[in-house]
Amino acid sequence: RVASFILRCCLFLSSTNEEKRNLSLGGHVGFDSLPDQLVSKSVTQGFCFNILCVGETGIGKSTLMNTLFNTMFENEEASHYQNGVYLRPRTYDLQESNVHLKLTIVDTVGFGDQINKEDSYKPIVDYIDTQFENYLQEELKIKRSLFNYHDTRIHICLYFIAPTGHSLKSLDLVTMKKLDSKVNIIPIIAKADTISKSELHKFKIKIMSELVSNGVQIYQFPTDDEAVSEINASMNAHLPFAVVGSVEEVKVGNKTVRARQYPWGVVQVENESHCDFVKLREMLIRVNMEDLREQTHARHYELYRRCKLEEMGFKDTDPDSQPFSLQETYEAKRKEFLGDLQRKEEEMRQMFVNKVKETEAELKEKERELHDKFEQLKRMHQEEKRKVEEKRRDLEEEMNTFNRKKVAAETLSLSQPLKKDKDKKK
Amino acid sequence: MQKGKLTGLRATEKQYVGFATLPNQVHRKSVKKGFDFTLMVAGESGMGKSTLVNSLFLTDLYKDRKLLNAEERINQTVEIIKHTVDIEEKGVKLKLTIVDTPGFGDAVNNNECWKPITDYIDQQFEQYFRDESGLNRKNIQDNRVHCCLYFIPPFGHGLRPVDVEFMKALHEKVNIIPLIAKADCLTPNEIKKLKDRIREEIDKFGIKVYQFPECDSDEDEEFKQLDKELKECTPFAVIGSNTVVEARGQRVRGRLYPWGIVEGKFTNKFLCSVENQSHCDFVKLRNMLIRSHMHDLKDVTCDVHYENYRAQCIQEMTSKLAQDNRMESPIPILPLSTPDVDTEKLIKMKDEELKRMQEMLNKMQQQMHDKEQ
Repeated sequence: RVASFILRCCLFLSSTNEEKRNLSLGGHVGFDSLPDQLVSKSVTQGFCFNILCVGETGIGKSTLMNTLFNTMFENEEASHYQNGVYLRPRTYDLQESNVHLKLTIVDTVGFGDQINKEDSYKPIVDYIDTQFENYLQEELKIKRSLFNYHDTRIHICLYFIAPTGHSLKSLDLVTMKKLDSKVNIIPIIAKADTISKSELHKFKIKIMSELVSNGVQIYQFPTDDEAVSEINASMNAHLPFAVVGSVEEVKVGNKTVRARQYPWGVVQVENESHCDFVKLREMLIRVNMEDLREQTHARHYELYRRCKLEEMGFKDTDPDSQPFSLQETYEAKRKEFLGDLQRKEEEMRQMFVNKVKETEAELKEKERELHDKFEQLKRMHQEEKRKVEEKRRDLEEEMNTFNRKKVAAETLSLSQPLKKDKDKKK
Repeated sequence: MQKGKLTGLRATEKQYVGFATLPNQVHRKSVKKGFDFTLMVAGESGMGKSTLVNSLFLTDLYKDRKLLNAEERINQTVEIIKHTVDIEEKGVKLKLTIVDTPGFGDAVNNNECWKPITDYIDQQFEQYFRDESGLNRKNIQDNRVHCCLYFIPPFGHGLRPVDVEFMKALHEKVNIIPLIAKADCLTPNEIKKLKDRIREEIDKFGIKVYQFPECDSDEDEEFKQLDKELKECTPFAVIGSNTVVEARGQRVRGRLYPWGIVEGKFTNKFLCSVENQSHCDFVKLRNMLIRSHMHDLKDVTCDVHYENYRAQCIQEMTSKLAQDNRMESPIPILPLSTPDVDTEKLIKMKDEELKRMQEMLNKMQQQMHDKEQ
């Protein structure tokens, strides 16, 4: 019966497919304003964008952010002596014409400074996962407000490569491999004003080849949208971008531009023949910001969600290919979980009771021992006392005997001369 | 009588003794003998060590070298590679040995990555010690490391933990000269700030880097001024270059940057020249390392670092002998400068141990006493 039902459904669908046709309109209906409606809604809502900057201390992360957004975000210089890596998110409200942007910049403090960097990638991965987890929790809530939710998921990770001129560092490779399945990565060469043009070309090729040969997936600017496919395709060829950041202004000719002044020349940040800053800004902010948000949600977040739910035991279909109701699975899981908890509680209580009994028994034992000891001591004491008493009595006896003897002796000596006198008188 | 005769002589008289020619004799003999110098370079890969060495000695020591990939470097261990070259200038021969330390600081886990380096330095000391104490001392080869150039990356805010640990492990074994590498990524203000920071941190962590000797008080003012400038300039911020650029008819060793080309016209102002003192301290480093202080570096190595090693070695041996009660030793220990000090030290140590044990015993007794009460 189930099989026939399915067959009928398929037939119905295919018939509707055949009947689908394109109609021509008799006049202007007006639904061409739909994109505008969408835009005006999102402008009212405001946008939110989260950037993660990964790179060693002092490599220029804060300066680049200041330069990109033309704002001085407050920042103290980080120390090289952190014990580990920790992430520092800061949220700012920016506005340009009538568009509001809630920008969160996450810094990796202490990255690359430790002598043993084997665990350096962990805090970063944990942070990204936590943001996904928070979103998932919100999504799974019964009463949820996703439209109001402050999305903290990382939309883009800018990975700052040190300009050594040779190749990637071992730490860079290890870290990017751990991040590429969780976040969009754009690698950039920091402080690029230290590399000459020919060295830069070689360096870029080396970096890209190392990434490819190690299977690291970096973000590709999308080429499926005709409007931007050409510019995106050409930009993809310029990766990794070699950038220079500066908030200081220098007078060049009759203009004042953001630049770095050296004794041998002036590096202009916005001059495309000096560095790729303009390209980065175009790609990151002006062309693909929305695509980055979409990729984060549709690809990285969905992957996380699927893995997490599978871990918890959810499946899309049960062994009989019937779709599971999320609700049922959820209830079953919940019961299981509560049962587990109860069992654990019982166990702990049992353990506690046992322990108490044990201790009680021990205490009793000790008490008995003490009691015995006390008895023993008492007996000894009494023995001693008795002995002493005996001795005392003996001594008293002796004393009495002695006294009697003494008295007897005295009376004898006294009565003897009297007797003599008595005899004489007769 | 004879004394009176001598006081009559004066330096201006034509009959002078002639030992004023001693310096010339020393010079002549040393030229004939030739010199040797061992220089160690240490720092992470990509700091420009090889380029700097090439620039310093104006040769190409590193032809055809193979650089490792990032993947290969994840678990890399530090190697020690020596390059020896014989170079000559105006009749003076120099046997130069450069000791390279590829792999330092490149792995993900760099715990004790300086150990191969300290082991190498100790080995050279030990070798020299054996040779010096041997019977045939005619052809002793001095392979001891005379100087270590340590390259600090310019990208950070100062010294990093690995820099501090490395220098502390080596500062009593070799003359350390810290350098700020790739200084062309810093503006003059940034260089000054970084130098101040590094000097502060070197003081704070108690790192003993190589100190320039004080110049004699009878040197002229100009020399003293130069000397003072040199000392205030440390650590040197250097740039190296393997390329020589043609500029205004001159050949200049330097790095050419695109922002130096304005409207197709090319001026010297936009060439970062290695030899330009307002661009970097390369010239100061070269002068100090090669032209004025090379011999002092050797002297400090011999008189201070090696002597420390030797004294420590001997002390360890005598205390070991005292424990083992062995009469023979592979190296004669007769010329002990202060044998009493050694035995006294031993006695002191034993005394202290006894005292400590006594205290422990007392403590235990006290504890037992307390328990009883």
